[in-house]
Amino acid sequence: MSAALLGALSGPHIEFAGLSPLIALLGGAVVVLLAGVLPPFEAPRARLLPAALALGTIAIALGLTIWQWHAQRSLAGSALRIDGLAVVADVVLLVGAIGAVLLAARSHAGRSRSGAELYALLLSSLAGMFVLIGAQSTVILFLGFELLSIPLYVLCAIERERERSLEAGLKYLIIGSIGGATLLYGLALIYGISGQTSFAGIAQAIAARELATNAMLLGGVALVMVGFAFKASVAPFHQWTPDVYEGAPTPITAFMAVATKVAALGALLRLFDVALIGAQPTWGPGLAALAAVTIIVGNVGALGQASMKRLLAWSAVGQAGYMLAGVVVSTRLGVRATLLYLAAYLFMNLAAFAVVIARERESDLGDSLRGLRGLAASRPLLAWPMTLAMLGLAGIPATVGFVGKFYLIDAAAANGYTWLGVVIVIGSMISLGYYLPVVAAMWMRSERSDEGADEAPSLRVPRPGGASAADGPLPTIAGAQETAEPQPAGAATHPEVALVALLAGAATLFFGIVPGPLFDLVSGAGRGLGLL
Amino acid sequence: MPPLSIVIWLPALAGLLGALAPGSRERNTSSGAIALAGALATFGLSIWLIAGYDPHTSLSDVTDTVWIGALGIHYKLGVDGLNVFLVALTTLLFAATMLASNIRLAREGIARARSYFFFLALGESAVLGAFLAQDLALFVAFFDLMLIPFYFLIGMFGTRQRVRATLKLVIYTLVGSLLMLAGAVATGVLASQQHGTPITFALSSLEHLRLARGSQEWIFLFFAAAFLVKMPLFPLQGWMPDGYRAMPTEVVMVFSGVLSKVGAYGFLAIVLPLFPQAAVHFQMLMLLLALISILYGSALAFTQTDARLIAGYSSVAQMGFITLGIFALDPQGAQGALLGMINHGLVVAPIFFIIALLARRAGGSEDIRDMGGIAFRAPVLATLFLVVALATLAMPGSANFVGELLILLGAFKAKLPIAIIAFAGVVMAAVYALRLFITAMHNRVGEKVSSFELSRAEGSVLAPLVAVILFFAFYPQLALSRSEGSVDAALAPARAALREPSAPPPVAATPQAPASSGGQEAQGAEEAAEGSGAR
Repeated sequence: MSAALLGALSGPHIEFAGLSPLIALLGGAVVVLLAGVLPPFEAPRARLLPAALALGTIAIALGLTIWQWHAQRSLAGSALRIDGLAVVADVVLLVGAIGAVLLAARSHAGRSRSGAELYALLLSSLAGMFVLIGAQSTVILFLGFELLSIPLYVLCAIERERERSLEAGLKYLIIGSIGGATLLYGLALIYGISGQTSFAGIAQAIAARELATNAMLLGGVALVMVGFAFKASVAPFHQWTPDVYEGAPTPITAFMAVATKVAALGALLRLFDVALIGAQPTWGPGLAALAAVTIIVGNVGALGQASMKRLLAWSAVGQAGYMLAGVVVSTRLGVRATLLYLAAYLFMNLAAFAVVIARERESDLGDSLRGLRGLAASRPLLAWPMTLAMLGLAGIPATVGFVGKFYLIDAAAANGYTWLGVVIVIGSMISLGYYLPVVAAMWMRSERSDEGADEAPSLRVPRPGGASAADGPLPTIAGAQETAEPQPAGAATHPEVALVALLAGAATLFFGIVPGPLFDLVSGAGRGLGLL
Repeated sequence: MPPLSIVIWLPALAGLLGALAPGSRERNTSSGAIALAGALATFGLSIWLIAGYDPHTSLSDVTDTVWIGALGIHYKLGVDGLNVFLVALTTLLFAATMLASNIRLAREGIARARSYFFFLALGESAVLGAFLAQDLALFVAFFDLMLIPFYFLIGMFGTRQRVRATLKLVIYTLVGSLLMLAGAVATGVLASQQHGTPITFALSSLEHLRLARGSQEWIFLFFAAAFLVKMPLFPLQGWMPDGYRAMPTEVVMVFSGVLSKVGAYGFLAIVLPLFPQAAVHFQMLMLLLALISILYGSALAFTQTDARLIAGYSSVAQMGFITLGIFALDPQGAQGALLGMINHGLVVAPIFFIIALLARRAGGSEDIRDMGGIAFRAPVLATLFLVVALATLAMPGSANFVGELLILLGAFKAKLPIAIIAFAGVVMAAVYALRLFITAMHNRVGEKVSSFELSRAEGSVLAPLVAVILFFAFYPQLALSRSEGSVDAALAPARAALREPSAPPPVAATPQAPASSGGQEAQGAEEAAEGSGAR
C-alpha cells in the first residue's frame, strides 16, 4: 500500500547527467550573484572576481557538455532532449559566452557595482538558450524563449546612467514581448489543431491526420515563425536590431549577436525539421521567400552605415537570412550547414566586436567607422582580426566564411533551392559594399585626415623597438606586448580584449584553410533528429 | 619534378618571411629582397616544370588530397599543356615585377614595404593556384582569393583616386566571381544528382558527368561573367580605366599580364570541357563580344592620350582576339589563343614598365602629348621599346603574328564574316602600337622632357622579357607542340556537340525543380556526402 503510494508520488525520472550543464549554469548564476553582494568583494580590486566566477561556470558547463557529447536521449520526462544538434549548438553558445564575458570583464558595466548582476543575468540567459535548443515540446520551448529573453532585456539596459542603453532595453522589451506573444499564440494554434504539445506528437498528428495544408496549423506555423523572426532578426521583423545593437553596451551586443542567433536557429531547426517536417512542402517556399527577403534587406540596410555597431547589426540581419536557407531545405545536410555557419559566424563576429570594443575604450570616436582609420599602421594586431572578420563575413576564400557559404549553397542546391543559393551570393556581393569600406578605413586611410582617400599613405615615425612587428602580417609575441602598452590617444587595450580578437581572427583564418575540424564538429548534428 | 604545392606556396612563404624581416618601415630592402628571391626560385621551378613536361601524358605531377571531405572537395593540382606555359609566364612576370618593385624601393622608398611585398607574393601564389587547380571548387577559391591581395595593393599603394578605383574593381570582379561560386556549387551538386554519383568537384570526373543542357546554359553564363570581367572584355571592362590608372606601375604589369589570362584560361580549361553544349549554344554571342572588344579596344587605343589607357585598351582588343580563338571551337584557333595569351603577357608587362620609364623622363606625366623625342638620348630604351611595340602589333616574324594567324585561321573555319571583320583589328593594332612608339620616342621633344638612358637595374627588368619575346619569335613551336594534345582534349567535347547540335538533352532537370520532385536525388546526394564525410 505505502509502496504503491510512494511509487505514485515519485515524479518522472530525472537524469541529472544530461541536465548537468544546465544545472551548472543556473547554479553558477546564483553563486556569481551572491559573490557580488558579499562585502569582501566590494573592493575595486575584487571586482574582476564575478567575471572570473562566470568564466569558471561556463568552463564547467562546457566540460559537462563535452562529457555528454555522444548522448542521445530525452531528459526530464521528454521535456528536453540532448542529441547531436543540442550539444553542437551548446558548445558554440558556450564559446561565444566565454568571449562575451571576457569582453565585458573590464567594461564600464562589468566593473561597476552591478557587475555581478551582469554575469548572473548572462548566465541565466545562457541557461534559457540551453532550454530552448533542447526543447522537445511547445511548452518548454516557450519557457526557454522567455528565460533567454528576460535577462537580455535587463542586460541591454544595464548601463543605467546612459540614456541610449535604457532606450535600447525598453525597445527590446516591447518588441521582444510582442515576439513572445506572437510565438505563444502560434504554439496555441498548433496545439489546438494537433492536440499535442510534444514535437513528436505534433509530427505524428500532422502525418496521421494529413494536416499539412490545414489553415489553422499553417496559421500557427506562420505565427511561430514571426515570433522567432523577431528574435533572430529576420526581415521584416528586424527593425529593432540596429537601434538595440547600437544602444546596448557593446559586450552585450556581441553576446546578443552571437548567442541569440545560435539559440533561435537551433530551436527553429528542431521545431521545423522535427515537429513540422510533415508540412515542409507548404512552409518551405514561404520560409525560403523570407530568407531571400532577409538577405536582401539586411545587406542593403548595412550599406553606408557609419557606426560599426549598426553596421554589424544590419549585417547580422543579412547573415540570419543565409542561415535560414539551411533551415528551409530541412535535410541533415541543411542542419549541418546551418550549424557550421553558426560556428563560423561566432568567430567572425567575436573578432569584429572585440576590435570595436578595443577602439571604443581607447579612442573617443566610439564605435564609428572613423575610429578604425589608420588602424593597420598603428595597431596591426587589431587591424588583422577585423580584416579577417570582414572578409570572412563577406565570404572570401581562405576564411571560414567562404567554407560556410559554400556549404549552405551546396545544401540549398542539393534540394532544389538553387535560386536561394544565387540569392546568397547576390547578398554577398551587396555586402562587399559595406565590409570593404571597413577594411579600406583601416588600411587605406590615415588616422588624422578627413580626405584620406587620395593622398599617399602618410609616413609614420617608427616607434622605437616595436617597428619590426608593427606592420607584420602575423601577430608576434613582441607585437602583442607592444599593443598592451599605453597609447597617447587614450586608454590601453585590455589584453583580454586583444586576446579575444586575435583568437577569433586566427580561428577565422585557420578554419578557412583547414575546415576539417569544424566539419567533424557538426557531422553529428543531424544524428538523433530521427524524423528527417 | 617539384611538387606543385611548393610551386604555389613558395612565393607566399617568401613574402611572409620578408614581412617578418627587420628593418625600417620605408626602405625595408630586406623584405623586398626575400620576396624577390622567392619569386626567382619559383620561376626556376616553373622552367623545371616545362623541361620535364611530357606532352603525351594528359595530366602530370598530380597532387591529390582531400581538402573538405564532407563536400567532396579535393586539393588537386596538376600540370597539362594548357597551364604549363601560363605558370611559367606568371612566375616570369611576377619575378620581373618584384625586381621592378625592388628598384623603386631602392630609388624612392615604398611606405609599408613589408605589406607591399607580402601582398604581391600572396597574389602570385593565388594566381599560380588558379592555374594549377584541377578541382572546380579549389579553382574558384583561388580565383576569388586572387582579388584580395590586389585589393590591398591598389588601395594602399595606388596613386590617383585609388579608393574609388578599388571599390569599382572589387565590385565588378566579385560580382562575377560570386556568381561563378554559385555556378560551381551547382555544377557539382547537379552533376551528382543527374548521374546519381557521389558529389565531386574534380575536373577530370566532372568532364564525364555532363550536365543537362538547361543547367549547362545558365551555369555557363555565371562562369562567363566571372571570366569576362577578369579579362576584361566588352561590355564588362568598366573597371579597367580607373583601375589601371590607380595601380602602381609594377602591379599593373602583372595585373594586365597575368590576371587577365586566368579568365581566358578558365574558358579554355573549364568552361569548354564542362559545358560544351552551352559553349556551342552561346558561341555566336561570345564571338560577337570578342569582335566588339577588338574593334572597341582598338578604336579607344588610338584615341586615348594617356599611355596607360592606350596599353589598357589595346589589351581589351588583344583579349578579344584570344576569345575569338577560343570560341572558334577549332583546334588551331584555340592553340593560337593559348599562344596569344603567352604573347600578350610578354608584351604588355614590358609596355607598362616602359610607360613608367617614359613618365620619369617626361616630368612625371603619362600623357603621350607630354612625351616625345625621348629616343634621342636613350637609344637602348628605344630599341627595346621598338621590339616590344613591333611584337604588340604582331609583326610577321613575331610569335604574336603566329598566334593571330592561327586565331584568324580558326575563326575563318568557324564564322567567315566575323573573321573578316576581325582582320580590321590587326591593322588597327599597327596604328595604335606605332602611334604610342612614335609620339613618345620621336616627334618634337616635349616641354618637360629630359631624356636619359636606361639604368642597368631597369635594363635587367626589361632585357630578359625582350629576350623571351625574341625567343618565342624564333621558336613558337615550343609552346605549340607541347599544348597541342591538351588543347585538342579540351575542345573535343565542344566539337562533338558542334557536330550534332540537336542531340536531345539526356536529363531534363531545371535548377528550379521543386523540392518534392528532387527529394529522391537529394537523398542520394546526401548519403553520398555523408559517406565521404565518414571517410
